[in-house]
Amino acid sequence: MSPAPEAAREGPLVGLFVTCLVDLFRPSVAFAAIKLLEAGGVRVEVPRAQTCCGQPAYNSGDREDAAAIARQVIEAFERFDYVVAPSGSCGGMLKVHYPRLLADDPRFAERAKTLAAKSYELTSFLVDVLGFTELDATYEGTVTYHDSCSSLRELHTKDAPRRLLANVPGLTLVELPESEVCCGFGGTFSVKYPDISGAILDAKLNNILDTEANTVLAADLGCLMQIAGGLSRQRAKIEVRHVAEVLAGMTDTPAIAASESG
Amino acid sequence: MAEATLSFKKAAANALADGELQRALQNIKTGFVAKRAAAKTKLPEFDALRTEARAIKDHTLTHLDLYLEAYESKVVESGGQVHFAPTAADARDIVLKLCRERGAKLVAKGKSMVSEEIGLNAHLEAAGIEVVETDLGEYIVQLKGETPSHIIAPAIHLNKEAVAAYFRRAHKGRLTSRRLSDVKDLVAEARAVLREKFLAAGVGITGANLLIAETGSSVIVTNEGNGDLTSTLPRTHIVIASIEKIVPTLEDACTILRLLSRSATGQDITTYTTFTTGPRREGDPDGPTAYHVVLLDNGRSDMLGGIFQDMLRCIRCGACLNHCPVYGTIGGHAYGSVYPGPMGAVLTPALQGLDHARDLPNASSLCGRCEEVCPMSIPLPAMLRAWREHEFAQGTRSWSERLALKVWAFVAKRPRLYHALAGLGVPLLRRLAGGRGRFTWLPFGTSWTRVRDLPAPEGRTFQQLYARRSREIANERP
Repeated sequence: MSPAPEAAREGPLVGLFVTCLVDLFRPSVAFAAIKLLEAGGVRVEVPRAQTCCGQPAYNSGDREDAAAIARQVIEAFERFDYVVAPSGSCGGMLKVHYPRLLADDPRFAERAKTLAAKSYELTSFLVDVLGFTELDATYEGTVTYHDSCSSLRELHTKDAPRRLLANVPGLTLVELPESEVCCGFGGTFSVKYPDISGAILDAKLNNILDTEANTVLAADLGCLMQIAGGLSRQRAKIEVRHVAEVLAGMTDTPAIAASESG
Repeated sequence: MAEATLSFKKAAANALADGELQRALQNIKTGFVAKRAAAKTKLPEFDALRTEARAIKDHTLTHLDLYLEAYESKVVESGGQVHFAPTAADARDIVLKLCRERGAKLVAKGKSMVSEEIGLNAHLEAAGIEVVETDLGEYIVQLKGETPSHIIAPAIHLNKEAVAAYFRRAHKGRLTSRRLSDVKDLVAEARAVLREKFLAAGVGITGANLLIAETGSSVIVTNEGNGDLTSTLPRTHIVIASIEKIVPTLEDACTILRLLSRSATGQDITTYTTFTTGPRREGDPDGPTAYHVVLLDNGRSDMLGGIFQDMLRCIRCGACLNHCPVYGTIGGHAYGSVYPGPMGAVLTPALQGLDHARDLPNASSLCGRCEEVCPMSIPLPAMLRAWREHEFAQGTRSWSERLALKVWAFVAKRPRLYHALAGLGVPLLRRLAGGRGRFTWLPFGTSWTRVRDLPAPEGRTFQQLYARRSREIANERP
């Protein structure tokens, strides 16, 4: 691996919230995020004291563990000017749910609000905060984009990824019909109710196939694992990638769920 | 009902395998969803109305006792009577008693989800009273011996061919060669059959979309006019409604009605919007001679002042069902509760107890589309999560699920341990996958792999790779 370009010595300091799925399954996404953020003129650090945002506990009704994890994230990230996650659902957890989760915690209620105010999903941060859209990337292909439910409805991010993709030479974006409908992932829902999750996914896959795009992108690895897993099961030849990989021009790795031989 | 809820997963699997149901559910997208979107676009003040409607309901719920008393005194003033029913059993008994007092052998019913909630039909029939549903969808599910699968479109799970078959079986003495291939034919036949029932019925029972404290009126919205016939032709009209249906004024009712029809069917206004106030007055050409309102509590007053109070703002438009990906794939019956979909998954545990609805709050991806379309801005995902918290606190989820969650949380709260384990596990998983990039099956991962492949990890964890890169950069610096 080639060394990263000399990191900026000035500019705001961003703490990258890697997200557990990216850490475990798709490190490329985090490297792509770092490249984009640094190109946008900020310094990036990755605290090691991070694991997961706590959604599995929070959405399973385990408020106590979710709050413990939220406090851990706040302590690890409160020294940064901004916190950026390459995920709408983890971003939504930090931005929308931490303040609710810790509202009655005298030590953390205010700190949760402060963290929420400086936390962003990656594409939204690049466009809405940094005003960064000058990309160093090309991508030959027809692409469709799946909006994650959290990006859309918790963070109200819809234009940012599209504005960025519009600046990638060679890339044609075809809108996905019913892109506002869930892909059926839903975290633990996907394994608690696999049949229902799979049926919701089927409708999503049909819409993707109807676009005749050769690549499907999203900004949430949860949705992407679900969609890539579904397309792989059907042996459909559509590349599935995190939008950051394309925006950073880092598409030399095999796509999600694709074999190394391509 | 409770048993059905308990076998949710099985019912859902059956629903997914039911081709007729799956075809019928497809119609929701092109029907209700598209029409609601168009209606909302056409009304620039939709969101302002939403804010206003929410404030009306919040205010009313805060002073519910006051408005209920005001409503009652207005009903009495207009010659009617109000009966308070704390439980479903109380409501059933009150209605049966009224039917008996009036000597009714046949009851005509307008569409009422509250009557479904209390199991009214079975109770009256057990007492020897014939009950005929007069809303077309309700009539169809009654013929089929089913319950409604949708709160505003009871027979949405059925196609017109199936309905034609039920009509041929149920309507004896008609030409077997008659045409029943179009919806129009079906409506005409149902209308002819039901007309006789309206005229013969001793009691007409309707639900209420709204009750107005200022005037003592009850309001129903329909597209078939059956509600008007039910409330005007029989000698006695019984309105059965739950206590949260109340609004202070006529003006308030109109604000909510503007949201209701648009959110439900995408109509600016339904074909019929009917206000009834008391029995027939001197000089009225028609109308019942007796007017009764049965007000059902059935657990609702316990929701006041608690985290589930917001649910009492619900106006039963069905938008959350129509936009729910889970409802859209399994339909209403799989929920096993009178109220299905997101609103049902929140309301059912409140009305019947969590024991009778364990799966309902869990069977949601929390995608948030329900809250987005809810005209009353009810935070449905947050309330589904609140039920999950109740359940978790009770410790009733399966031991394997709780163990998995606890082990995961233990590790997630210890970053060093987490990274050590991830650093061992991820490369191992990668080696297992070989160069294939995916797993089609994994031990302990079958809940995932039964419906889709699992993408394999790229190789090492990000934290491993990032630590290595940081070291490399440090070494290159002089």
